[in-house]
Amino acid sequence: MRFSRSVLCRAAAFVAATLIAPASLAADVVNVYSARQEALIKPILDRFTEESGIKVNLITGGGDALLTRLRSEGRNSPADILLTVDAGRLYRAREAGVLQPLHSDFLKKVVPAHLRDSQDYWYGLSVRARVIAYARDRIDPAQLGSYEDLTDPKWRNRLCVRSSSNIYNQSLMAGMIATEGADAAADWAQGLVVNFARPPQGGDRDQIKAVGAGQCDLALVNSYYYGAMLQAGGEEQAAAEKVALFFPNQDGRGTHINVSGAGITKAATNVEQAKALIEFLAGEEAQHWYAETNNEYPVREDIEPSERLRAWGEFKADSVDVTELGRLNAQAVMIMDRANWK
Amino acid sequence: MLLATAIIAVPVLVIVASLFGGFSPVWEHLLQTVLQDYVVNSLLLMLGVGTGTLVLGVTGAWLTAMCDFPGRRFFNWALLLPMAIPAYIIAYTYTGMLDYAGPVQSALRAAFGWGYGDYYFPAIRSLGGAVCMLSLVLYPYVYLLVRVAFREQSTAVLEASRSLGKGPWQTLFQVALPMARPALVAGMSLALMETLADYGTVAYFGVNAFTTGIFRTWYGLGELQTAAQLAAFLLLFVFSLFLLEHLSRRRLRFHHNSARQQPRRIQLRSWRALLACAVAGLILTAGFVLPALQLASWAIERWADTDLALFWQLIRSSFSLAAMAAVACLLIALLLGYGKRLHPGQLEQQSTRIAAMGYAVPGTVIAVGVLIPFAWLDNRIDGFMRSHFDYSTGLLLSGTVTALVFAYVVRFLSVSLQSVESGLARIRPSIDESARSLGLKPMAVLRRVHLPMLRGSLATALLLVFVDVLKELPTTLILRPFNFNTLAVRAHELASDERLADAALPALAIVVIGLLPVILMNRTAGSGEPSA
Repeated sequence: MRFSRSVLCRAAAFVAATLIAPASLAADVVNVYSARQEALIKPILDRFTEESGIKVNLITGGGDALLTRLRSEGRNSPADILLTVDAGRLYRAREAGVLQPLHSDFLKKVVPAHLRDSQDYWYGLSVRARVIAYARDRIDPAQLGSYEDLTDPKWRNRLCVRSSSNIYNQSLMAGMIATEGADAAADWAQGLVVNFARPPQGGDRDQIKAVGAGQCDLALVNSYYYGAMLQAGGEEQAAAEKVALFFPNQDGRGTHINVSGAGITKAATNVEQAKALIEFLAGEEAQHWYAETNNEYPVREDIEPSERLRAWGEFKADSVDVTELGRLNAQAVMIMDRANWK
Repeated sequence: MLLATAIIAVPVLVIVASLFGGFSPVWEHLLQTVLQDYVVNSLLLMLGVGTGTLVLGVTGAWLTAMCDFPGRRFFNWALLLPMAIPAYIIAYTYTGMLDYAGPVQSALRAAFGWGYGDYYFPAIRSLGGAVCMLSLVLYPYVYLLVRVAFREQSTAVLEASRSLGKGPWQTLFQVALPMARPALVAGMSLALMETLADYGTVAYFGVNAFTTGIFRTWYGLGELQTAAQLAAFLLLFVFSLFLLEHLSRRRLRFHHNSARQQPRRIQLRSWRALLACAVAGLILTAGFVLPALQLASWAIERWADTDLALFWQLIRSSFSLAAMAAVACLLIALLLGYGKRLHPGQLEQQSTRIAAMGYAVPGTVIAVGVLIPFAWLDNRIDGFMRSHFDYSTGLLLSGTVTALVFAYVVRFLSVSLQSVESGLARIRPSIDESARSLGLKPMAVLRRVHLPMLRGSLATALLLVFVDVLKELPTTLILRPFNFNTLAVRAHELASDERLADAALPALAIVVIGLLPVILMNRTAGSGEPSA
């Protein structure tokens, strides 16, 4: 094969551009490290760009991996914002010293105090609830009550839960430790494991499918997976329609919730733009979008969730400070290890 | 050569260095509770996948390299196809088909009026299931390398065996296989290293393997240091396996002195031919046809929602990354492999081994091993420039494609090195000696004598790394530049959000692009008999 000179030149330019040119240094940009995957955040970031003219550069990845990258890049990190899908990672980021406080009267006004950092290092942006999914045809919701009730012997071999390696279960357990104490939480874990219908496997959707197919009667799942399945059509939707949601602990501390959230990095060079983006994500349009598209609850109390979410009923959410969930995460994992929750 | 080795070994050494950082109290917790489980499960997984890939790979290689039957030419390349399917993707497809809520079991229940617990059906999401999934996608490593070895064995040796009264089976087990040992070991060690590094499959199946331990410790307990120490022990374990194999074959030689004439194939007729077809067909169906059909049906279901422009962009970036990394790995593997041949000292031997260990470690951990030294270097340069020239260079290499390709080399060098080395091992040293005595310099020997003889092995090395990078996920995820996506990243993100149907199209594209070099290789290897 023979290459013309121009092809060679272009190839050389391409190689040079891809191999060295570091992150974008253009004027009106904001660089985001996001633990929320692209498909679930890009659309709203694009809306932000349309509104503000600020370009958003994005890298997605696991929360801890991004945090490690942020730490090792140090003061030269190109990231302006760290966006995560749970409060625990933001807590760790603050502990690691890679965030800086963001003082915003607007954010402080709209984001409830227990869903943000007490010293303004990060703010919760959307809320998800961990609920009980039950088989419509076999279970009378009057039999259900709290998370604690799930250890009752009547549920022996009837409960499906995914692995305790998953952050949702870890934060549920951390919430339990925060409100009921470590001993009660440990007892609960052991009682729960005894009632498992099968060894933990698959994701939340798989638990809902297992309830739909009759492999178990109850499952602990996140509300938005259920919403996504109802939208999916086909077999997924059929499975989800055999299942209904129950919000536990309504007579007590409320249903466990966790947040996705964001904070500005210490190394940030585009602080103003970063602030604008976080405020945009807490704004009305984005809050509605979280509910409509991702089936998450808005973090703001003054914004109504979508119609689908409202159909599941109002619920009382646990008001424990989500920072605690991050602080107690490691202890939760150890308790689950000891309870042999795979 | 030692310098190249040293640079490539840095990420692995960063991980091993964690052992000197003190042990946290978390270790006590791990030892008391879950660690034993992780170790046992990983060993069982290795045993299972080792057996599985050995049986499938050698069967395939023997049939297509040493026998002749209708359809052989087709199976010759088709048996490579499962390699293009990422392990966690095949796990998703089989779960979709065989799970309790899936179509097969639902149909059974509907047909016979059974309910939950009325009948026995093997659980796909189990240790056994993970062994099956990994064996199905990893056997091509054994197949590919052993097939080359079989083809390069000499007629004379095999015919000597036959004329001494051995049947074809005895010839296989007593002559052909033992002579193919370097290739067999190379293939199996790749399969096993990948098994040890796998996280996606075991996590989805709820099998608590050693990688589960690493990530649970890091993510759940927030102990990166302890997680790195766990990874370091994994490395030490793999290293000692290599050492054992090396010691056990120290005095053995695998080249032969007869004329290089390809062995005549055993003609299979009537029911034997049918059986051969059926066996090869079964492997192909289980490893490729079924999962690909499942992916295709999902992809068609979601075709309307697909953004094609975005999709082409993904294909372009995946393809160029994979091509760059494959070439880089090949060049470095040649350098190291040939360097070892010229200077077969202990230092060269072991340092190459260490440099090539990245394959056994989960990609995310290797990525951290790359991240830390790169960022350190960048920040040092920046600090120097700031203090001396009042100019900030920022991060020069971190977060660029260079860092990414370097990480791929660290992670996949083992793959290219294994094929290059097992190829070199089959070339008699006397050839080098004759060439040298005829006045050729070492590099000229490589270029004019070895490279032509190695063509099959080199093509194999390129292909394997290309497909591996195409499938690669965790390293890409954490080291990539802004706004840079690949097919694997896309497929994984959707799958991890449990949107399997949406993940199908990018997954299918990985498979299709992985096919290209397979076909290309068959073409370039000559119209008659592909030598690889």
